[in-house]
Amino acid sequence: MLWTLGPMVWSLYLAFSRYSIIRSPIWVGLDNFERALQGGDSLFWPSMGRTFTWALVMVPLSLLGSLLTALMLNQGLRGTAILRTLFFIPSLTPAVALAVLWRWIYQPDFGALNYLLRELGVASPPAWLADARFAMPSLMVMTLWGAVGGGTMLIFLAGLQGISQELYEAAEIDGAGRFARFRNVTLPLLTPTIFFNLIIGVIAALRTFTTAFVATGGGPNYATWFYILHLYQTAFQNFELGYASALAWIFFVIVVGLTLANLRLSRRWVYYEGEEAI
Amino acid sequence: MTAISIEPKAPAPSEARQSSTPIDQRIRRLFLYAGSVLLAVMFSSPFVFSVASSLKTVAEIHAFPPTLLPAVAQWENYAAVFSLKGVPFAQFYWNSAFITFTSMFGTITTAAVSAYGFARFKWPGRDAMFMVLLSTLVLPEEVVLIPKFLMFNNVPKALIGKTLIDTYWPLILPSWFGGGAFNVFLLRQFFMQIPRDFDEAAVLDGASSWQIFWMIMLPLSRPALATVAVFSFLGQWNDFIHPLIYLNTSEKFPLSLGLRYFQQQPTDAMEPREHLLMAASLLMVAPAITVYLFAQRYFVRGIVMSGIKG
Repeated sequence: MLWTLGPMVWSLYLAFSRYSIIRSPIWVGLDNFERALQGGDSLFWPSMGRTFTWALVMVPLSLLGSLLTALMLNQGLRGTAILRTLFFIPSLTPAVALAVLWRWIYQPDFGALNYLLRELGVASPPAWLADARFAMPSLMVMTLWGAVGGGTMLIFLAGLQGISQELYEAAEIDGAGRFARFRNVTLPLLTPTIFFNLIIGVIAALRTFTTAFVATGGGPNYATWFYILHLYQTAFQNFELGYASALAWIFFVIVVGLTLANLRLSRRWVYYEGEEAI
Repeated sequence: MTAISIEPKAPAPSEARQSSTPIDQRIRRLFLYAGSVLLAVMFSSPFVFSVASSLKTVAEIHAFPPTLLPAVAQWENYAAVFSLKGVPFAQFYWNSAFITFTSMFGTITTAAVSAYGFARFKWPGRDAMFMVLLSTLVLPEEVVLIPKFLMFNNVPKALIGKTLIDTYWPLILPSWFGGGAFNVFLLRQFFMQIPRDFDEAAVLDGASSWQIFWMIMLPLSRPALATVAVFSFLGQWNDFIHPLIYLNTSEKFPLSLGLRYFQQQPTDAMEPREHLLMAASLLMVAPAITVYLFAQRYFVRGIVMSGIKG
């Protein structure tokens, strides 16, 4: 507990200081926040924008992908256990290894992707991670590969299997087709699970760091310069620890704000059976 | 892959609740199977490609147009990874194992003790403490990165005259304090489900709190402990940002940093080494997958299989 709260207070103090480790911190009031928000740091808003774009694309896609995969695994097909393991293994891949593997797949000349595209008749396939226009989508695809079959899918699967069969049978007696059963039984009863995965997913998306850091280093031309990359660079490469603490606190406020907003909005669409919350 | 075979086969969906005609049924199942095969190919092809690359010769790696499979599998590539010039891969492997196991041990020990405290003892402020603990679950670690770095730099400098940066302490020590909010939460929930009658019977037999903890709670919580162990193993094994911040000397790098170090070594165009890079990545992935496969019968069964059976 002290492990978290003590550092938080220290960090808050530093956020209002100028500090570069060599000399002791100097109180500068709101200077750091002004610098970030009012354009004194040319990478602040771009990195924020990229991080939000990332979250806006990745959260829906990975939730939908995980849900579809879980639905597939919930059909009682033969070999489900093997499929589930097969889908899960990418999520066990350490982010660094994942980035290294995919860099090779995306390699413009010898990589598997462009080999495939050339076989399909594409004369000059793009350079993917090395091309500012394609770097972001390429990162998205490799991250989805590692995310869709992972914990999110397992949680959906558990949620799906918590839904009582009797409800389906009752719906069927009432003449509900397959789609109507999904729309009116599965989906409402799954909303608490979707909500849980949404909260976790948003936070995870905003925290994106390792894959981008290893796969592109934030480039090319800052095309994948995410917020945490900016924070890392400011703190541990430039050693502007005061300013970086301000960046960390801005990040903290955003994460808490989004989580609270999600909680508030959830009352409109999350359905709890009985009284119990998660 | 032994762990998979012992899981019960999922039963076919009951025919009773299927109203559509048998032909429709068959077409639908055909689509489902086709879909799952497609998904399986999508999920596994990157691995197939990297395994194939890791077994190629230098010439095959940069052959143009590229080939899919190596003519002869070069298994010695995997041995070559451990004798690279300038990249002490065996050392990285050992470092990772050392950091992972020492902190995994710390996590299990301290998480179990604190969870026991939250589950079985009443002390002032307990519930408030538990709420604070839960709220740290959504706290992004990046926020405390800087103060924690300073804590391991400045405090030891003041006390013992040298920094703990570029040692393993900052990576291991946090696991020995609290063991992570999620783990404490998980174990506490599990401990709460163990009937108090067991404790009371043990008290009548003269058992102390520690004996109850050691001889009743822990043995009964094996699945939860296994889950904590696996999560903590994977978390430490895959951790990148903390070693990146705390370690400077390449001989001290764990695999995550070591792999990147290897990747960033200047390449000689005449001497491609992507096959070795692939082999090295797969050598890092392998323990994570192995641990998961061994442990999944404990926790996946708990989370998922209970539903399939019912």
